[in-house]
Amino acid sequence: MNMDINDLRSLFTVVTFAMFIGIIWWTYSGNRKQAFEEAALLPFTDDEPAEVARNGKKSWISSVEQNERKAS
Amino acid sequence: MQSQATYNYKVVRQFAVMTVIWGIVGMLVGVIIAAQLIWPELNVVEWLSYGRLRPLHTNAVIFAFGGCALFASSYYAAQRTCHTPLFAPGLAAFTFWGWQLVILLAAITLPLGFTQGKEYAELEWPIDILITLVWVSYAIVFFGTIMKRRTPHIYVANWFFGAFILTVAILHLVNSAAIPVSFWPMKSYSAYAGVQDAMVQWWYGHNAVGFFLTAGFLGIMYYFVPKQAGRPIYSYRLSVVHFWALIFTYMWAGPHHLHYTALPDWTQSVGMLFSLILLAPSWGGMINGIMTLSGAWHKLRDDPILKFLITSLSFYGMSTFEGPMMSIKTVNALSHYTDWTIGHVHSGALGWVAMVSIGAIYYMIPRLFGKSEMFSVKLINTHFWIATIGVVLYIASMWISGVMQGLMWRSTNVDGTLTYSFVESVKSTYPFYMIRLLGGTLFLVGMLLMAYNVFKTIAGGKAVDAPVLVPAAAHA
Repeated sequence: MNMDINDLRSLFTVVTFAMFIGIIWWTYSGNRKQAFEEAALLPFTDDEPAEVARNGKKSWISSVEQNERKAS
Repeated sequence: MQSQATYNYKVVRQFAVMTVIWGIVGMLVGVIIAAQLIWPELNVVEWLSYGRLRPLHTNAVIFAFGGCALFASSYYAAQRTCHTPLFAPGLAAFTFWGWQLVILLAAITLPLGFTQGKEYAELEWPIDILITLVWVSYAIVFFGTIMKRRTPHIYVANWFFGAFILTVAILHLVNSAAIPVSFWPMKSYSAYAGVQDAMVQWWYGHNAVGFFLTAGFLGIMYYFVPKQAGRPIYSYRLSVVHFWALIFTYMWAGPHHLHYTALPDWTQSVGMLFSLILLAPSWGGMINGIMTLSGAWHKLRDDPILKFLITSLSFYGMSTFEGPMMSIKTVNALSHYTDWTIGHVHSGALGWVAMVSIGAIYYMIPRLFGKSEMFSVKLINTHFWIATIGVVLYIASMWISGVMQGLMWRSTNVDGTLTYSFVESVKSTYPFYMIRLLGGTLFLVGMLLMAYNVFKTIAGGKAVDAPVLVPAAAHA
C-alpha cells in the first residue's frame, strides 16, 4: 500500500474527530461533576458577595460565604 | 511583598479607558465613510478618501476598540479568577504602550496608503513585527498569570482568552509572512502566490472573526455575564463542549469567503460544511449565556449592564445563524459582494462584539476607580436603547439593500442581457445608505454618552487596586 501525505491528512481529521468525541465523553462522565461545579464558582470566590443561586442549587453559595467568612 | 498585595489594575484601567476612546475614533471613521458612500464629494483629499479610510475603520474598531476591550477584560478576569496579580507587570505595561503605538502607526500609515492589501491584515511589515512583539508579551503575561494561579481549576473564560491569544499569534505569523522590499516607503510582497495566497488570507480572515471577534469575546461573556447576573454559568459542561467544538470547527470555515473563485470546488464545499456545523457550538454558547439568567429574568428589567450583555448574546445568536446560512453556496451566490455581507458583519460587530465589550467596561470602570456604580445608571440605559436602535437600523437597511443588489445584478432579460446596469443598482441603494448612516450615527452617539459617563465616574473617584484574596473556593 502506498501512503502519501494526503492519507496522513485524512488520518489527522479522523483522529481529531475521535478526540472531540472523547472530550464530550470525558465532559459528561459522572466523576467530573464535582470538579466542574467548583470551576463554575471561580468567578465568585473573590470579595464581592454573590447572590443566591438558581432554583434548587443553593448549596454552593452558602459554602462560598462560609469560606469567605473563614478567610476574613 | 508589595506586588502580592493588590491586583494589577493599572493596565486594566488604561486599556478600559482606551477602549472607549478608540471606540469613538473607529466608529467616527465608520460614520464618515458611510457618508462618503452617499456623498462622494466628501472624498476631499486622497489620504481621507474612502479606499484609505475603510481599512482604518476596520482596524480601529477591531484591533483598537475590540483589542483594548479584550486586553482589559482578559487581564481583569484572569487575575480575579486565578487569585493572583498579573505575571510580569513590566511586560503587561509594554503590551499597553506597544499596542497603542501599533494603533497610532496604523492611523498614520493607512491614510498614507501603505497596505499589504489583505483584509484585516493591511498593516505593513515593520508594524507586523511590532504586533508580534506585543502579542508574544501578551501571551507571556496571560499564560504566566494562569500558571501561577492559586486555584486548582482554570476557569472557562480563561480557556477562551487563551485560545484567542494563541490562535491570533499563529494566524498573524502565517498570514503576514512577506518579503520586505523597502522600509520607507513601506512595501512588501506576500510569501504566497495566487489562490494559495487567497486561501491563507481567508483562513486568517475567518479565524480573525472566529478567534479575535468570537473566542475572545466569549471569554468576556463567560466571566462578566455570571458576575453581573450574580449566578454561575448555566452549564459548565456545556461550556467545555462549546469551547472544544469551536476550536475544532472554526479553523475550516475560511473557504466560504472564496465561493465560486479559483479555489478548488471541494475546498469550497468543506468550508461550507464546517460553517454549517458551526451553528451548533455557536448556539450552544449563546444558550449557555442567556440561560444563566434562567429564574432571574426580572433582573433584565432594571439592570442596563445586563441588558447590554444579554442583548449582545441575542445578536451573537442572530449573526451565527445568518453566517452559516450565507456560507451555503447557493445563498452566497446571491449575497456575496453585496451589502448583505456588510449588514452581517455589523450585526456581529456592533450587536455582539461592541455590546458585550460595552457591558464589560461598564462593569469594570466603577470597580477600577473605587466607586460602587457608574456616575449615571440611567445614562447606561439611554445608551443601551440608542445603541440597539442604531444596530437594528444598520442591519435592516443593509439586508434590504444587499438582497436588492443581488437580485438586480443577477436579473436577465429573455435575450440574456442584464436587466440593470451596475449604476442602477447603486442608485437604488441611496435610501438604505441614508438609513445605515443614521444607524451608525446613533451607535456613535451612544459611545459619546458612554465616554461622558465614564469620565464623570473617573473624575469623582481615584484609582483603586483591589486586594488579592485567598480563594474562598467551594469544597461543598
